Amino acid sequence: MTEVTDRRQLAYIAAQASEARINVELEAEGMTLNIGPQHPATHGTLRIVARLDGEQVMDAEPMMGYMHRGYEKLAEVRTYPQVTALVNRIDWLGSFANEVPFILAAEQLMEVEAPPRAQWIRTILFEMARIANLTLFLGDMGVQLGAVTPVFYAFRDREHVLNQIEAATGGRFHPNFDRIGGVKDDLPAGWIQQTRQSLDKIRSFCDQMEDLLLGNAIFEQRTRGVGVIPADVAQAYGLSGANIRASGVDWDLRRDNPTETGLVYDQVDWKVWTHPDGDSFARYWVRLQEVRESCSIVDQLLGSIPKGPIMAKVPRIIKVPAGEAYVATENPLGIMGYYVVSKGGLEPFRVKIRSASFSNMSITPWLLKGTYVPDVITILASLYFILGDIDR
Amino acid sequence: MPSPDPENTEVEVDEPRQGLLDSITQHLGDAVVASHLAPGRELWVRVETSAWPEAASVLQRRLGYRFFDWLSAIDWMESPYGRSMDAEVDKELGLVETEASEAETVAPTGADGYAGGESRMQVLARVHSIDAQLGVTLKADVPDMSIGTWTNTFPGAEWHEREACEMFGINFEGHPGLRPLYLPSDFQGNPMRKDYPLLARIIKPWPGIVDVEPMPEASDQGASTTNPEAAS
Amino acid sequence: MTSILALDYGYGGSVGLKLLLAFVAVLIPAGGTVYLYLFKMVSFMQSRLGPMEAGPFGSMQLLAEVGKSAQKEDIFPESADRFVFAAAPYVVMVSTFLLVLVVPFGPDAVFVNFDTGIFFALAVSSVSVIGILMAGWASASKYSLLGGLRAAGQLIAYELPLVLAVVGVVVQAESMNMQDIVSAQYNGEIFGWAAIGNPFILTQFAGFLIFMIAVQAELTQTPFDMPIAESELVAGYMTEYSGFRFLMFFIGEFATANIFAFLGATLFLGGWTVPPFVTDALGVEITDNIFNFIGPAIMGIKMLALTFVVYWVRFTYPRFREDQLQRFAWKVLIPLSLVNIVVTGLFKVVL
Repeated sequence: MTEVTDRRQLAYIAAQASEARINVELEAEGMTLNIGPQHPATHGTLRIVARLDGEQVMDAEPMMGYMHRGYEKLAEVRTYPQVTALVNRIDWLGSFANEVPFILAAEQLMEVEAPPRAQWIRTILFEMARIANLTLFLGDMGVQLGAVTPVFYAFRDREHVLNQIEAATGGRFHPNFDRIGGVKDDLPAGWIQQTRQSLDKIRSFCDQMEDLLLGNAIFEQRTRGVGVIPADVAQAYGLSGANIRASGVDWDLRRDNPTETGLVYDQVDWKVWTHPDGDSFARYWVRLQEVRESCSIVDQLLGSIPKGPIMAKVPRIIKVPAGEAYVATENPLGIMGYYVVSKGGLEPFRVKIRSASFSNMSITPWLLKGTYVPDVITILASLYFILGDIDR
Repeated sequence: MPSPDPENTEVEVDEPRQGLLDSITQHLGDAVVASHLAPGRELWVRVETSAWPEAASVLQRRLGYRFFDWLSAIDWMESPYGRSMDAEVDKELGLVETEASEAETVAPTGADGYAGGESRMQVLARVHSIDAQLGVTLKADVPDMSIGTWTNTFPGAEWHEREACEMFGINFEGHPGLRPLYLPSDFQGNPMRKDYPLLARIIKPWPGIVDVEPMPEASDQGASTTNPEAAS
Repeated sequence: MTSILALDYGYGGSVGLKLLLAFVAVLIPAGGTVYLYLFKMVSFMQSRLGPMEAGPFGSMQLLAEVGKSAQKEDIFPESADRFVFAAAPYVVMVSTFLLVLVVPFGPDAVFVNFDTGIFFALAVSSVSVIGILMAGWASASKYSLLGGLRAAGQLIAYELPLVLAVVGVVVQAESMNMQDIVSAQYNGEIFGWAAIGNPFILTQFAGFLIFMIAVQAELTQTPFDMPIAESELVAGYMTEYSGFRFLMFFIGEFATANIFAFLGATLFLGGWTVPPFVTDALGVEITDNIFNFIGPAIMGIKMLALTFVVYWVRFTYPRFREDQLQRFAWKVLIPLSLVNIVVTGLFKVVL
């Protein structure tokens, strides 16, 4: 043990000790296991401090903030188009979906409605973001459980969707395409045809996943009955998206939104999937069906895009009138909402970002009590969070 | 929903939300201080600080608003730092004398959002009812930076309150463990307060609105000077 | 073998040659299968190409990896037990080399021809359990400890199905001598039809399946790879190992897979022999000297087939949880293998 004489070293150690305060408390009995922040299983830098009794978890506390970028503070000093570019990066797998609720909230305050063609394009890209996000989940859950091959198929087939998003918006991962009053550009020629082909590939990928993983006896053994979330507990914690639908609650903001949001789901014939079990298998199953449903939605929308302008008449410099608005949409990860407070300036006064994964993760201390260590991984995988969404 | 006819001065009636407001008022009585109803959009209700936990319990148990959406806070003070994009430079750096001295003397304003408010900080929370397909946003003043906790009714509020506490400095009485969520444990200050500067702007001062940066050969100095006309 | 390759070297020379051949028999196939299966087959299954840069089609990749690992810093965790930590990989390798001693590669090409060959092989294959436990405990890390404990429970549980599956073969071959098992398959008949001999994969199909599953578990391959569950424990008992020691574990894992495949080929696929109709067609006797040279090649092909199945399953299936794994061994495999023995015995007596 080296002698600690340097004052800076002392300060550093004191800081570590205060961080270790939680470890010391949990050290009372059982073994404390740190899962993360550098860990192949957590989707990014998440740290779970678990107190184990043998292989059973007595206590688990997720510690996040390794990726906290301060979006709410940053949004106060950005103009509305700049905030749009900023919030792309919250859920980076389905990034167009992050822009939509914010733009809709701003449009609500400005009392501007996007023209129909823009609404169609928005909805199409929104659904494609959902497909891009959830296909990765379908493969990734396999990796968490040990099946290393499906995730490669997921990445490969997802490329088709990302190529289409890039063709339309210019960005594979961060489109930055939505604008107050419409969308930035019109669709390129031939895009509709190519998108239909990429959707076919996604459908065949879903069939493959159903065979490879859902039909696999080991997968079923690992996921059935693991991490059961009753519907009332899910509501009390604010779980949303496929997590709550897998517990039997029939609620989807695409269909049930009480405010006029500017997305055109009522023009399409589609179905909300639920599953009564509430375990990890149900969550996987619901998301698989959702991908298929999204393909069908996009197909129908592509066949019925109206012609017209893609941008409403908005001034070049956008000053949103004073007021408060909250718009939430059914994002791939769950319900994402933006509570925008405006005082009439160029920037918003306050933006509260309600991110889905934050609420989804808040159930983990309750859910992980009494589970085995491998089940911890299964549960985290099935809840499906993105670190950018948790940490904002 | 079509936009209201400008000549029609009657506000359109939002039956479900009006009914909700009535039942909230009926259950909470005097605790409801103010409210704002935006037809077809949202209902805001401001309650007394002391009635904050009771409001949660009433909404969940009596009125069936069992889905916990989110809980946060808002600091209504105008930022003393020149955040406006119109500004030529940041106020706080002292380069624009008049506004900087004004900011120091002007007291923080009270809340001036929907449903009003008197204190600088307010907590906001939203709950939703899946059966009724409606939500309500609750607000409460926090004059002493302390308010009751919602975790007894909605366990999901635990993390939201931790975040509000570390970001704004609001204490939630009765919370099982108010410790930092995002920030490292040795962090000092409450970042989301308006008087906490955005460090990125301190490190690199905001140069003002720049439409197009001139080519290095074309300008005498390296950085561009502001050109507000180019913005409009 | 007193005379190897039909030449007489004297004691020192023949021992030296045996050692060389043992290393060759273990390490060369290990290197080959690492390239073939781990680099290429898994990549093609995952619709990617795998290493392509080092050498033509990436064939020198393993050499590059060996070189890289060999020149790495030798890191010990501070609180690790140095001697045990260092010795663990070698203990695991010891069982592999001991196993290859009894596998026959030709009519005379066997290192030692025990009368209790298969019994020795099964006994010696459990030595690797000690090595894994040593690695887990000596690493002084919670992850390694969890991995080591899981491994110990799993390996001990799956020893039994392995042994019981082989008992059926022994009953049918009426001998524990490996060469006798091979010749029993060559000389045997299936219901009076002798054209392909009696490869025990056909008559002991249940035993073969149980053997392969138990082999998968003994090698801690997915779906039984809880000890090294990569997405949970990083690398389980191997977490703290880096550089050359990690390479030893790595090569040891592949070498052991190959040796078990050799065993499986000997027990179930007829070993180094070809079916009788082939030798009749070519007009050679099975005990000719030519088979001392072709035998290893034939064994190699059969070994590649079995390891293909092992790795194919490995890269496709998710993994079992530890308790499900144990339940599968104790409640499914062992009863099945006991039933297999009973049925084999019945058939042997009756038919």
